[in-house]
Amino acid sequence: MKRRTLLGGTFAVAMFGLASTALAQQPIKIGMSMAQTGGLAGGGKASLLGIEVWRDDVNARGGLLGRKVELVVYDDKSSASETPAIYSKLLDVDKVDILFAPYATVPTAPLMPLVKQRGMLLMGNFSFQVNSKVGHDMWFNNAPWGPADSWASSFLDLGQKAGGKSIALLAADQEFAQNLAKTAREVATKLGMQVVFDQAYPPSTVEFSGILRALKAAKPDIVYVASYPPDSAGILRAVNEIGIGDNVKLFGGGMVGLQFGTVMENLGSLLNGVVNYNTWLPEPNMYNEGTKAFFETYTKRAVEAKVDPLGYYLAPYGYASGQMIEQAIKAVGSLDQKALAKYLRENTHKTIVGPITFAADGEWKESGVVQAQFRGIKDKNIEQFRTPGRQVILFPAKLKSGDLITPFEAARK
Amino acid sequence: MKRSGIYFWTGAALFLGAALLMTQVIGNQYPFFAGYVILQFIVLAVAWSILGGYAGYVNFGTAAFFGMGVYTAVFLFKAFGAPLPVQIAAAAAVGALMGFALGLLTLRMQGIFFSIATIAATIIIETAITNWRYVGGAAGIQLQRPAVTAPFDNYVEMLFFVQAMLVVLAVAVSRYIQRSWMGRGLQALKDDELAAECTGVPTLRLKLMACVISGALLCAAGAPAAMYLQYADPASAFNLNYSVSTLAMSLIGGTAHWAGPVIGAIVLGTTQQLLTVTISSEVNVLVLGVMLVLFVVAAPEGIIGLVRKIRRKRNEGEG
Amino acid sequence: MFSFELLLDAVVIGVLLGCFYAAVSIGLSISFGLLDVPHVAHPAFLVLASYGVYFLNEHYGVDPLLAGLLITPLFFLFGLLAYRLYYETFEKRGSDAGVRGIAFFFGIAFIIEVLIILQFGVDQRSVTADYVGQSWRLGDMRIPFRLVVAFVVAVALTILLTLYLSRTFMGRAIRAVAQDQEALRLMGANPIRIKQWAFGIATAVLGIAGALLIIVAPVEPTLDRTYIGRTFCVVVMAGLGSMSGTLVAAIILGVAETIVLTLFGASWAPAISFAMLLGVLAVRPQGLFGRRS
Repeated sequence: MKRRTLLGGTFAVAMFGLASTALAQQPIKIGMSMAQTGGLAGGGKASLLGIEVWRDDVNARGGLLGRKVELVVYDDKSSASETPAIYSKLLDVDKVDILFAPYATVPTAPLMPLVKQRGMLLMGNFSFQVNSKVGHDMWFNNAPWGPADSWASSFLDLGQKAGGKSIALLAADQEFAQNLAKTAREVATKLGMQVVFDQAYPPSTVEFSGILRALKAAKPDIVYVASYPPDSAGILRAVNEIGIGDNVKLFGGGMVGLQFGTVMENLGSLLNGVVNYNTWLPEPNMYNEGTKAFFETYTKRAVEAKVDPLGYYLAPYGYASGQMIEQAIKAVGSLDQKALAKYLRENTHKTIVGPITFAADGEWKESGVVQAQFRGIKDKNIEQFRTPGRQVILFPAKLKSGDLITPFEAARK
Repeated sequence: MKRSGIYFWTGAALFLGAALLMTQVIGNQYPFFAGYVILQFIVLAVAWSILGGYAGYVNFGTAAFFGMGVYTAVFLFKAFGAPLPVQIAAAAAVGALMGFALGLLTLRMQGIFFSIATIAATIIIETAITNWRYVGGAAGIQLQRPAVTAPFDNYVEMLFFVQAMLVVLAVAVSRYIQRSWMGRGLQALKDDELAAECTGVPTLRLKLMACVISGALLCAAGAPAAMYLQYADPASAFNLNYSVSTLAMSLIGGTAHWAGPVIGAIVLGTTQQLLTVTISSEVNVLVLGVMLVLFVVAAPEGIIGLVRKIRRKRNEGEG
Repeated sequence: MFSFELLLDAVVIGVLLGCFYAAVSIGLSISFGLLDVPHVAHPAFLVLASYGVYFLNEHYGVDPLLAGLLITPLFFLFGLLAYRLYYETFEKRGSDAGVRGIAFFFGIAFIIEVLIILQFGVDQRSVTADYVGQSWRLGDMRIPFRLVVAFVVAVALTILLTLYLSRTFMGRAIRAVAQDQEALRLMGANPIRIKQWAFGIATAVLGIAGALLIIVAPVEPTLDRTYIGRTFCVVVMAGLGSMSGTLVAAIILGVAETIVLTLFGASWAPAISFAMLLGVLAVRPQGLFGRRS
């Protein structure tokens, strides 16, 4: 009896030893879904490339905990209905060690409860206030949004300083834009501004001349636009053609698309004067350790991957997600989700987009969103956006690289 | 006749039993997540075929019914915290009403005009939901699932089983219609509506019944999706994809027999789930496109038609 | 906020926008309206044409409209081929294509979408030309040149196609085939040839319509899905096969959409046009200018 136990014990130890060496050779799997088709594919592909550059970097440095890092990525077709099954596959079949969220809010929203229930850490990817109702304490958003209203308040603050008293809101009738418009409405009331125009246009709108004519007739001082890539282009064209009126001091705010290389290239000089939110820009204050090297690699690989040639908006934050996980795993020394989350919550992380500290809700403690004004842009030239001074940062103060030119019509010249 | 009934109900019972057993035995959650989606498409395809297959009225508004199912559930859950069975029953009622309205449309329109009218109706309904702030509007709405009911220890397992019951219900209804006077009437109507009416087939009543039944089932299939996703937004709930996939599944399976849409949904639904976790890129859409074209060109009667043809040939060979 | 000035503005912009809708729908008015082909891949062909125009503009600096004209012969051939395939698959077998025809074209549309993505990526594209981004001042009103171009092209297309269908031998044959295929066969003409030719023209028109599409707004590979409803709405509302009817219906749609967008709740705009379509279908199933009674 005794001998058998002993034998069994030896056997178990031997097995354990084998298992642990086998384990050491197994890669650390990071699972995610990412939009490769559908409306979010442009952003999703650029974001994924950022994460892939990190994976290759970390593997070149010998991996994590002596194991290689491997990405498991599925296409969610930009849709909310695909992600629950995909993440269940990642968790139950692929048995990934770490979860990254898909790009944008809509695909992320349905998997929040699932991830919370499984007690998994989730590294968010540019979703907006997706955790506010779920309250998952192991959620960390890589996007620099910070508190929900910081975005609108930085823009309206600029407007108020420029002497703006009334505001017009124009927002796409879609999830993200509507959330932005909501906070803008609240901030405007708080600042005592008068909302003189407030419209939600349908996402299939082809021609914006009519709606801008109505906006112009309301004679606002500030125009806050929350739009998606196809509409952003349509709106700016119509602004150029119809005019927006001499009293407008500040125009822009929440236009998605003006961060993407091809869209900016297409719009060219129409961009001048627009003040819009952004995440990372090639201005002197934005560089951190590794930023330059990252963009050198990204620029090369973006060509063959057929993704955004600039990749400022999403890709470095994808890389930063990796960096944060890397630091957490190194510090904790294991893949224990609770310990990793604790580390991420309690420390400041050095990344290529600057130091990141998280608030209790998993958003950045301090907003890292910049408001920048387009200046001196010429037509059909994508390279010009790589040089500083094309998008002058007006906010926040610590990153500021210039002053606002106002009114809008003057800044357009 | 009678014997096939016994076979059918035994099969249905076995299927439900197996589904229930799965929820009790299998710990891995993925089969339930993926299985739920496939079962949901079986219900959609079977329900769609009652009108689109038997009666030949091509409804492009599957997404409208599905989305209304989702939003009926969202509304009831948000307003009254209604439990799942109530959500599904109410969705079926809403679907029946919508189906009735659709039936009235068939009075004036046939063929492609009917299909275009259903597209128009889908966009109108989606716009209305987008403008309804109470259920989240364009921004969408996040929902928290209530606790799960025994004997299930996981909500998705329960949804899987519920959807399996809907499959049995839909298939049973579809099978009954096909084999009853209704099926023959609808067949006559599909071949030549005018002639059918002249020979005394109550075409209006038949069309209305087919629309109401189909609509109720389509909507009911959508209702559990609210709890499955725990999130709803108009763009996802009214996605054109539901309309196209449902139509594709019915055609690939074959619409002449109740089993056609079931087979089509299993084949295409499984393929889509597999592709999502294997190739997982734009090629996914390409496969759907190529499959559609190939089947329509090479197997006009769907898989059911192919099987029949092969059987006939074999019989001829033997004879 | 309601003012007469804004209303006038909305009507003008709406008419121009309607002309644009007419230009992208008029091909469908032939293929679906006259030939009864359930061509749901029409918008996919349209987007493909836009990418062709983009390619010529981006790499060779060809003016978008000229590029549109340059690809029309190619699209004509493409149309001949597509009809042949459709004919061999459906019409030849004598079966009513119905739902399978729709599924067939959906399949084709998906394949085109993916091919565009593989070739051009998923980012949105647009073209440059002198008339993109400029406007024409008319008193207080400013009219974008893009829309003026759309207006001119749409009117020219409508007139040309109307003349073609009523004055030329082939045009009359096309109309005849739409009315009574058997009669034409008895007269010794080959209806299949004629239909193939007509489908070729319907597709060729897309070359120039695709140019308009990318001039008016940027395009992305899955844009075709939003245009399925719109183009069929125009053609059905017009009544099948009427070229001038297509123009009028498209203008009604454009004006209604713009008025709602400018003066009432913008978010209700898509519902308005489709509610109008349902209304027309319910009252006059043959459309406003329908050939069937």
